[in-house]
Amino acid sequence: MSDLAASTPKTDGALAHVVYVLRSNPVTLLAFSMFAVLLVAAILGPVLVPYDPLASNAALALQPPSFDHWFGTDNLGRDVFSRVIVAARLDLAISVAAVALSFLIGSVLGSIAGYWGGWLDAVLNRLFDTIMAFPLFVLAMGIVAALGNTVENIVYATAVINIPFYARLVRAEVNIRRDSGFAQAAKLAGNSDVRVLALHIFPNALPPMMVQVSLNLGWAILNAAGLSFIGLGVRPPTAEWGIMVAEGANFIVSGEWWLAIFPGFALMFAVFTFNLLGDGLRDIVDPRQRS
Amino acid sequence: MSLLSIKDLKVSFKTRRGDVDAVRGVSLEVAKGEVLGIVGESGSGKSVTSYALMRLLESNGRITGGALTYGGIDLRTVRESTMRDLRGREISMIFQNPRAALNPIRKVGHQIEDVLRRHAKATRSNARSEAIKALEAVRIRDAEARYNAYPFELSGGMCQRIVIALALACDPKLLIADEPTTGLDITTQKAVMDLIAELITERGMSAMVITHDLGLAAQYCGRIAVMKDGEVVEEGDAERLFAAPRHAYTRKLVDATPRAGASVRSLLPVDLRSPAPVLTPSEAPLLDVRDLVKTYQGKSGPVHAVKGISFTVKKGQSVGLVGESGCGKSTTSSILVRLADPTSGEILFNGEDLAKTPAKAFARDTRRSRIQMVFQDATDSFNPRHTARHSIGEPLARLTGLSGTHRRARIEELADLVGLPRPLLDRFPHQLSGGQKARVGIARAIAVDPDFLILDEPTAALDVSIQAIVLNLLVDLRARLGISYLFVSHDLHVVRLLCDHVIVMRDGEIVEEGPADKLMEMPAHPYTQELLAAAPAPPVLAEPASSAAE
Repeated sequence: MSDLAASTPKTDGALAHVVYVLRSNPVTLLAFSMFAVLLVAAILGPVLVPYDPLASNAALALQPPSFDHWFGTDNLGRDVFSRVIVAARLDLAISVAAVALSFLIGSVLGSIAGYWGGWLDAVLNRLFDTIMAFPLFVLAMGIVAALGNTVENIVYATAVINIPFYARLVRAEVNIRRDSGFAQAAKLAGNSDVRVLALHIFPNALPPMMVQVSLNLGWAILNAAGLSFIGLGVRPPTAEWGIMVAEGANFIVSGEWWLAIFPGFALMFAVFTFNLLGDGLRDIVDPRQRS
Repeated sequence: MSLLSIKDLKVSFKTRRGDVDAVRGVSLEVAKGEVLGIVGESGSGKSVTSYALMRLLESNGRITGGALTYGGIDLRTVRESTMRDLRGREISMIFQNPRAALNPIRKVGHQIEDVLRRHAKATRSNARSEAIKALEAVRIRDAEARYNAYPFELSGGMCQRIVIALALACDPKLLIADEPTTGLDITTQKAVMDLIAELITERGMSAMVITHDLGLAAQYCGRIAVMKDGEVVEEGDAERLFAAPRHAYTRKLVDATPRAGASVRSLLPVDLRSPAPVLTPSEAPLLDVRDLVKTYQGKSGPVHAVKGISFTVKKGQSVGLVGESGCGKSTTSSILVRLADPTSGEILFNGEDLAKTPAKAFARDTRRSRIQMVFQDATDSFNPRHTARHSIGEPLARLTGLSGTHRRARIEELADLVGLPRPLLDRFPHQLSGGQKARVGIARAIAVDPDFLILDEPTAALDVSIQAIVLNLLVDLRARLGISYLFVSHDLHVVRLLCDHVIVMRDGEIVEEGPADKLMEMPAHPYTQELLAAAPAPPVLAEPASSAAE
């Protein structure tokens, strides 16, 4: 009955913990496998694809899926399969950049509001309320239209409309830990307020943030694709899922379904992956899940 | 025939590390009208036993063997619908945390009505009056008004009364009280336990009182079963158990229970009782608190948390600050440790007024390392993302500038000093036991060699045997390092073991102070007397071993 029994259980290492999380939950394993497929497409896409995604060939226009062209060809004779794979890089880049930006800004603003409270909290909260009061997609359209029709501006627009979600989450997580024992202990150890906030309290908000990040990535892809679909942001002939669906939509009535369906599936696959990924990511960044 | 009989009960839980046997073959009998105490430390399986017989185990828990019989009904096989009828009407339970046991958004009166109507003890028309009767039964004054109160509007003791009213509303024959007074003040504890005891006799109920406090069990139970690691190690009359414990573990528990006349060393098992160090505090003052006032701006006007208190802590002295919740002792300690600013008053530390430096700026003050603190809740006071090594190293890194191998060496030295095995340094807080966390907390506080250490109920959440070890560790550390202590606690018996001088606070004021022995033996103020009287009194020991150890 000694409190010093040091034998069991042994502490897991970080890698062993990741393996445990993946093994204990098959859905997480599936999500990570799907994510790996997306990553391979994004990184190695241009090397892997059988055709140049931009090379048109009028002789082969609007071919249905075949052994040579798995997803068929579009109205300019470009290989749809190659275009879908190559587009992964751009779509992922836009969503990752947008989410990273809103994560960063949202975390800083939310932490400040949650830790210091008072008038700062009030002002920031009203600001977030204002942003959330707009229909977010319309706000994003407005931002892109006002700033100019470029890929960077899609990123900024997507980031701005996502900031309130992160800020609110961080604010709540920081607020409940503001007066916790470990924050006080950190002050006794000579940490200034900023250090206590940044190094002690904020990291504890990461597990729920990871769920938000992953859901948000899927949502950001849809948002970017949506903006391209209505003609904002990415411009033809760049391969991008949203534009491809938009262009393909014109041909569905005439029976060439493969133009819109396959990029649509790619979009669905990506969003589905990110939605599944959240819980696994949270378990990995939460040390309390270790034993 | 006994009312309840548990035969060879086995319960196991599925966990990530395989099956864990929480209860391994427990046999107990409760006769009609009998009060059985189940005593054991955390993890002994005492609560699991009671949850198993109510069939309220968590979803990963399973009864793997044995028989549970209540009044001829086999509780293991009976249908869930029958079980629902039994719960509350036949067998009732009082839970550990009264606030968590009540629905926070329903009026307490309505919650009592729910139980009454579920068991058809009241109809829609008379539910209200029946509920008020139930409230009156637990001696709640002005029951009509309390009927409309929400749990958050009531004090902890009042909430526990409501929970008792809920449990007894349908006149059960067996009452299970699972640590009914944990978290309550000592005077409230006495009031609640007296009430439970009174109601049990009045209604001729049987009861199982589950507690970690042997003294409490001895006072209120006729028969006591001592549990350890899922087994009953000893069972018997309360008085016999104290006078002549047969099992070594019972002996250890009896020894470790703080009581009048015990010394800090006598809490330990006989073979660990080395002579206690003799401490002679110097006369030079280290800390001089003058007219300290703290007033908050509350919602309904100013709240006077501390109303102008003054006291002195001498170099090497250990001072106890005793009081119940809301007396201002925590506010005082957080002001002294410079995490909060006083409204007015002076804190002279080695002659310099610390109150002149605002708490915000004190983190980077050169005197930061002079005053440190051991926190009450060991779980809450560690960053869940930091290993023990990181937590102990934090003040070293920030305040001493020790780095690399020097810091590593110092952390290991500290671990040895507080008796924490070095391999545990790389664990996260949730992987450490309560006693281990207490050691890490102490190591962190003494890491930078402070002159003054504030101990905020460092043993409140610990089992008595661990508490005994930690208290002795603190005595040894003080002798070795010459630190002055301010020991904040609600328990006079624990304070007496560790302190030379005791200050009793109530409502933000000091009601009495004086040398520990004198104050305990001849308390002058009625409040001190009340506090002393409220502490559970275990039967006095005929203990030859204790004199030998002095």
